[in-house]
Amino acid sequence: MALVTGLPLNRRDGRLKVTGRAKYAAEFAIDNIAYAVLVQSTIPSGAITGFDLAAAQQVPGVLAILTPDNAPRVRETTEASNPTATDVVRVPLLQDRGIYYNGQHIALVVADTLERAQQAAELVKVQYREGESQIRMEDALADAYPPKHFRNGARPPDSRRGDPEAALAAAAVKLDLHFVTPTETHNPMEPHATIAVWDGDGDKARLTVYNATQFISGTQKTLATLFGLKPEQVRVLCPFLGGGFGGKGSTWPHTALAAMAAQVVGRPVKLVLERKQMPSSTGHRPQTIQHLRLGAEADGRLVALTHDVFSQMSAPIIGEFSETAGLLTEMLYACPNVAVTHRVVPINQSLPTYMRAPGEAPGSFALETALDELAAAVKVDPLQLRLLNYAETDPHEDKPFSSKSLRQCYATGAEAFGWSRRSPEPGSMRDGHHLIGWGMATATRPANWSETALRLVFAGDGKVTVQCGSHDIGTGTYTIVAQVAADALKCPMHHIHVELGDTQYPRAPISAGSLTAASVSAAILAAADTARKELFQLALATERSPFTGFSDTDLELADGFVQVRGAPHSRISVPALLARNGRDRYVAMGSAKPGAERKNFSHHSFGAHFAEVRVDPDLGEIRVSRWIGAFAAGRILNAKTARSQAIGGIVWGIGMALMEETRIDPHSGRITNPNLVEYVVPVNADVPDIEVILLDEQDRATNPAGVKGFGETPMVGVAAAIANAIWHATGVRVRELPMTIEKIIA
Amino acid sequence: MEAFTLTAPTDLDSALATAGSGNAKFIAGGTDLMQLMKDFVERPQQLVDIQNLPLDRIEFGDNGARIGALVRMGDGADHPELRRRYPLIAEALLASASPQVRNMATFGGNLLQRTRCGYFRDVGSPCNKREPGTGCPAIAGDHRRLAILGGSDKCIATHPSDLAVALTALDAAVELRSAGGTRAVPITEFYRLPGDTPQSETAIASGELITAILLPPANEGERSHYLKVRDRAEFEFALVSAAVTITPDGDDRIRSARIAVGGVGTKPWRLPQVEAALAGAPASEEAIIAATAKAADGAHPLPENAFKVRLMQRALTRALLTALA
Repeated sequence: MALVTGLPLNRRDGRLKVTGRAKYAAEFAIDNIAYAVLVQSTIPSGAITGFDLAAAQQVPGVLAILTPDNAPRVRETTEASNPTATDVVRVPLLQDRGIYYNGQHIALVVADTLERAQQAAELVKVQYREGESQIRMEDALADAYPPKHFRNGARPPDSRRGDPEAALAAAAVKLDLHFVTPTETHNPMEPHATIAVWDGDGDKARLTVYNATQFISGTQKTLATLFGLKPEQVRVLCPFLGGGFGGKGSTWPHTALAAMAAQVVGRPVKLVLERKQMPSSTGHRPQTIQHLRLGAEADGRLVALTHDVFSQMSAPIIGEFSETAGLLTEMLYACPNVAVTHRVVPINQSLPTYMRAPGEAPGSFALETALDELAAAVKVDPLQLRLLNYAETDPHEDKPFSSKSLRQCYATGAEAFGWSRRSPEPGSMRDGHHLIGWGMATATRPANWSETALRLVFAGDGKVTVQCGSHDIGTGTYTIVAQVAADALKCPMHHIHVELGDTQYPRAPISAGSLTAASVSAAILAAADTARKELFQLALATERSPFTGFSDTDLELADGFVQVRGAPHSRISVPALLARNGRDRYVAMGSAKPGAERKNFSHHSFGAHFAEVRVDPDLGEIRVSRWIGAFAAGRILNAKTARSQAIGGIVWGIGMALMEETRIDPHSGRITNPNLVEYVVPVNADVPDIEVILLDEQDRATNPAGVKGFGETPMVGVAAAIANAIWHATGVRVRELPMTIEKIIA
Repeated sequence: MEAFTLTAPTDLDSALATAGSGNAKFIAGGTDLMQLMKDFVERPQQLVDIQNLPLDRIEFGDNGARIGALVRMGDGADHPELRRRYPLIAEALLASASPQVRNMATFGGNLLQRTRCGYFRDVGSPCNKREPGTGCPAIAGDHRRLAILGGSDKCIATHPSDLAVALTALDAAVELRSAGGTRAVPITEFYRLPGDTPQSETAIASGELITAILLPPANEGERSHYLKVRDRAEFEFALVSAAVTITPDGDDRIRSARIAVGGVGTKPWRLPQVEAALAGAPASEEAIIAATAKAADGAHPLPENAFKVRLMQRALTRALLTALA
């Protein structure tokens, strides 16, 4: 049977989605539901001194108004050692009257209709005592400190090898550059939303939560902790997610507040964040200020790199998040002397979080722009410069890559783009009012995976259901799971049913960090192994089976039959096998987790971007006109969904490069563009034809499925490729994102 | 949004009678008003849906054109005769919003859309336009998109319309009707400067309804161009826009020009000093650059929007050269 894994198949949930039948968190119809609306602070710092709720309480249908004065107390979480990624953000849970940022949740109005709740929320009056505030990161750099839980404590925030300062001092060519990337907001199409339903009391209490999340078991754990429940008392469902991009990885306060409200009013409660509430409520990519120093030989060989990263943080009491923008500088190029530091800068803003390609997206803008500047300084082609400094092994971890096909990405992408025809001089291509420029950059992201369990349910009708507490965050998980399972079980894809997004299924990791495809695939292979082993044992033990005299090594599972290898007439269907043993179904459990290969190899996916931009130098308008992206990320499970991921990542990068910025009032700390009108993202007219080249890469070392994470890699380097193309078009070097009109005509 | 009552009169007189009472607002396409109501920026107690009124015709005569206030932006952009006589209007319309919005939004509503200033649209922020006397955080805050012309120390909010910029260049007038009668107000007098009363934006009196836009005939031999400059290729409000008409005098001179700019003013901004400099000038790039240099006379740029001075001058130069080409 020909393999289906890798084929460019349509996503199997496509029809459900375009016909509106795919149910998202806010769309579950629950009887007797009430509606909750958040009230948020209008000052950045200080404390609430009082509420005037009289007018709000008079709105008909209002069931409760929760404030710090009357909200139920939650249990302290025990996750103080891990307050960053997926743990709850504690402060805005209406537990006290402190204010740490503008837009902080300070009350929750519950009413019998959404409109009544909204009107009452508008009528909640708050008195404050305003405190000192620090709004601008630039003004607070003196308060910067090393993050205490960098990468959840997995490593220190700083690293160094060799003697970068001495090497810089002695270098023939030196560059000393500053880069700035702004605060950015995820803005998924689907707003954050929670429906919370309580049943039973005391030990029998059950909390069911429909939550827009990339991590159902994270939500389960957080809610169990906050409400003093056992995890099995909390069920979290999220069968479909309308985009998360990291913003739905944490269990944000509104989820717990919805559960709290449902407890108080004794009814199910739905809480959907308004678009304008999301930028202050559910994390963001923090602003970064990056200082890069490069030292090189006259021919362009790197001798020293230092990368000092400052990223915006909230008040530390809320949690900690550090943008890991310097990590790729450690490993991307062969350079003997490297120093990287990460510092966080606490100001009166909400807690930042992971956003698509966290660390690498802003970090690559700095590093890959700096490489382009070095190429110009030493008069070496930018692609040649990268080949000159190519790292055959990971120079930071000093071990081999599980696989690295970056050289092939460079070559294939350059050939498709016609890079060899690039004239090195900026301003050398003109078409009417437009200057045309070509730029390139490298893409890379760590390829991680994480322990995952799932089960295969073999039913009496011959169908197999894969159940896994993972998620389809819009990437195509339902489809690739069916493909991998069909090949693992050697059966047609339509025999495979896939169920995701329910904590009643075996536990899977957060769907973030490009983990899901590799993790779930490895678990499918493990479960299929278990199924084969157990079904073969069952078959051999079955009386009057056609397998008398054979052993399990003689058997195979194919097309729903257990059969003798090479003698397919000696076979019995799985349903018949089960029936003859008095069973109507069989469940195979499987789990997989990373092992020694994590220690022995460095795991990254790679790619190369080649971009053409057209810049109107008089009017400052920049339009991307051509794009080639060549990537290698291990085994590609579905050429179509992978290509879509690449296109999506490149479009995200175009937005990051040219448009996106969460604007913040420098005095009040209030976000002034919390909408999709003034928070500008690319529309179709901004996106050229994008040619995605996916290279075949065999990687047996990275994990059992040979899959390396890919969802984020294509975004890395996009902003730099555009910046480099703008320079090539105009001679203007922009080191601050977004590269808007005023930065070109300045 | 707050609760409101909705009426949908089918004749003009009853619409006008209803509108005169209490806190009522007319609604047509609703593309802006509904956003403002959802954000509690507008809180009408009563909405008068005027979409059933017979105000959706475009008529032409010796005196120019009369465009009904309820003509949809999309229909106006597609109207062959309107495009032939006033191509500037179609250009401005097609540079506006998105096809979906243009299919709903009307000419009258477009003229009355409110500023996109983020402070105005956020009831959690002070704003002199929304709540007089509370202050203007934009002046010392986020003002990249706000005005360099026509502002006051109370308000620098930009008028967001493209259509109104084109109509300003074309010497249009706004036909207003109330229970007391009909009047026509030149568009240059229709919009008010913020001064000390930024909440008062137009010459519309209580109970008055825009019924039509009146256009004088185009000048013989006149050419025009609408140029909109923005970071995103489509569906974004202008950082700067230029609506220009230019009438050549032979091959090498300019007889006259009518010029307005958008994205830079607290109202659609006519530039008589640039027009005067162009009248009789050579049709050369040098003369045009010299004339458009005057565009920023009286401008008050702030740190984040100072680039609009240069951008406006260059956009005008480009638009004029494009119209002449």
